[in-house]
Amino acid sequence: MNYDAKKGSWVQVHQIILKPEERTAKIPEETKKVPLELWVKGYLNVEGNIGDVVEITTLTKRRVKGELVEINPIYDYGFGEEFVPELVRIGEMVKSIVRGDDK
Amino acid sequence: MALDMSYKGVMSRQDEIIKKSTRIEYSDYEINKLTFDYEKMMKDTGINLQDIIRIQRETGVGNTPLIELKNLTRLVRKISPNGKGARIFVKDEQCNPSGSFKDRRASISVYMAEKLGYKGVAAATSGNYGAAVASQAAMRNLDCIIVQECYDSKKVGQPEILEKQRKCECLGSEVIQLSVGPELFYSFLRSLEETGFFNASLYSPYGIAGVESLGYEIAMQCREQAGKDPDVVIATNAGGGNLTGTARGLIKAGAVDTKIYGASVDLSGLHMASDIDFNRKSFTTGHTGFSIPFTTWPDRADVPRSAARALRYMDEYLLVKQGEVFFITETLAQLEGMERGPAGNTSLAAAFALARELDEDQVIVVQETEYTSAGKHPLAQLSFARQNGIEIKFGNPDEEIPGKNIILPEHPSLINSRHYEMDKLRSSYIKNALKVVDVDELQDIDIEFLAEETNTNVDYVKKNLYK
Repeated sequence: MNYDAKKGSWVQVHQIILKPEERTAKIPEETKKVPLELWVKGYLNVEGNIGDVVEITTLTKRRVKGELVEINPIYDYGFGEEFVPELVRIGEMVKSIVRGDDK
Repeated sequence: MALDMSYKGVMSRQDEIIKKSTRIEYSDYEINKLTFDYEKMMKDTGINLQDIIRIQRETGVGNTPLIELKNLTRLVRKISPNGKGARIFVKDEQCNPSGSFKDRRASISVYMAEKLGYKGVAAATSGNYGAAVASQAAMRNLDCIIVQECYDSKKVGQPEILEKQRKCECLGSEVIQLSVGPELFYSFLRSLEETGFFNASLYSPYGIAGVESLGYEIAMQCREQAGKDPDVVIATNAGGGNLTGTARGLIKAGAVDTKIYGASVDLSGLHMASDIDFNRKSFTTGHTGFSIPFTTWPDRADVPRSAARALRYMDEYLLVKQGEVFFITETLAQLEGMERGPAGNTSLAAAFALARELDEDQVIVVQETEYTSAGKHPLAQLSFARQNGIEIKFGNPDEEIPGKNIILPEHPSLINSRHYEMDKLRSSYIKNALKVVDVDELQDIDIEFLAEETNTNVDYVKKNLYK
């Protein structure tokens, strides 16, 4: 059988730490309705598929069990998905005031 | 017998976990339920200012440049009455190894961890402090775990927090990412217990002592460059450590007449533990959601007695709007050629407004900058806000409603220093103290303690207690 991830792959796993009913009282209603979740990365101890509960060994050698959610997880944020042209205008505005040509 | 790892089970072992992971016996400083000996706790670190500077030099921390922002001062003077427009200097803390003043805080904790023989360090933080601990741990060959509040329940995270996560991981640290909620503390305690690592708490005496060198350097550099002590030093205020450590360092340098101002981003109306509000704010630290609760009761931190006690040192407290901080960040980049992260520029926005009220010969020092990059940049943060339905427009920032819009000032003269009433902070602190101890139980020593905590006097405290 082919697995999504081989033993030793660098992966991210997911755990539910507290179910909604286990959450502490002093939080807003919308937060109380959802679980407290955890994600951590490490090396997969056995082969596995996305969605399986697997065990990993983290960088500090902790063994953590959780649902396999990503293999070789990437950082996918950047400088925004859409340019914000207002920022160009700010530069022009302050420069023209300092140079005295704003009047 | 296996340990009870449930929420209740772990929280019941809190004191013992904290003691084992900090080696600080907090009860040694407690005189009673309310009063404790703050200065003794700081002194018992056994580390004086000279030691701090030496330890920080070992890992390349500190000694950052103090830069006069001449174009920004010019801009202030163009829009101020004649004779007004104080000189603005900035301490370029992004020059620290991990890109922020937080290296100062991490350096002493990680040094202690190494000295005490711990194999690793752990910290609970979604801010620059994570990268600082990771960086210092790398230099001292220790393992590191950072516990971060990262995502909402849809696994969507602020680009700024995601960048901080990346940075910790790229510095070799393990990062435990969590969804929104104060029960992060439970996960943090679990990690401390499981690993036996040192708790590099932001609020330990080591963390605060490490910032003293910042205040000290400011005094020395300002005397050299401006020929006098700063009239005002502005620190972005959240948990209070930045302001506390800087103020203590200034005092140690003899700059006793320098006024200490705190500045925070006004996020009133947004709940910090809300799964919905979490991604509707563009500032993840340095805002009122942290600063007001922590200033009016510091001991809500991850150690029993926080060493960050801002109200002891704060002379004034200024609020700025998100739109103003983005505006000033862009101004710093395009007018001064310094591209820096927005969160670190909170105090710069306040300084800009304040400079218009002060005379030309006065000096304001903004005590930090932070690095910028993908995620931690106005482009990333404003684009993310827009995607989340926040309206971004030019106008009057006074009309900004956190979570609904971000108003970029139509003109720099609309950047405003909003003085938050110190009296409100002080009386709120005293009110919080009365949740710990009954008013009838108070002794003279407690009244004196409250006067020190609120930077007032016995009469002021009594008036507030019995009103």
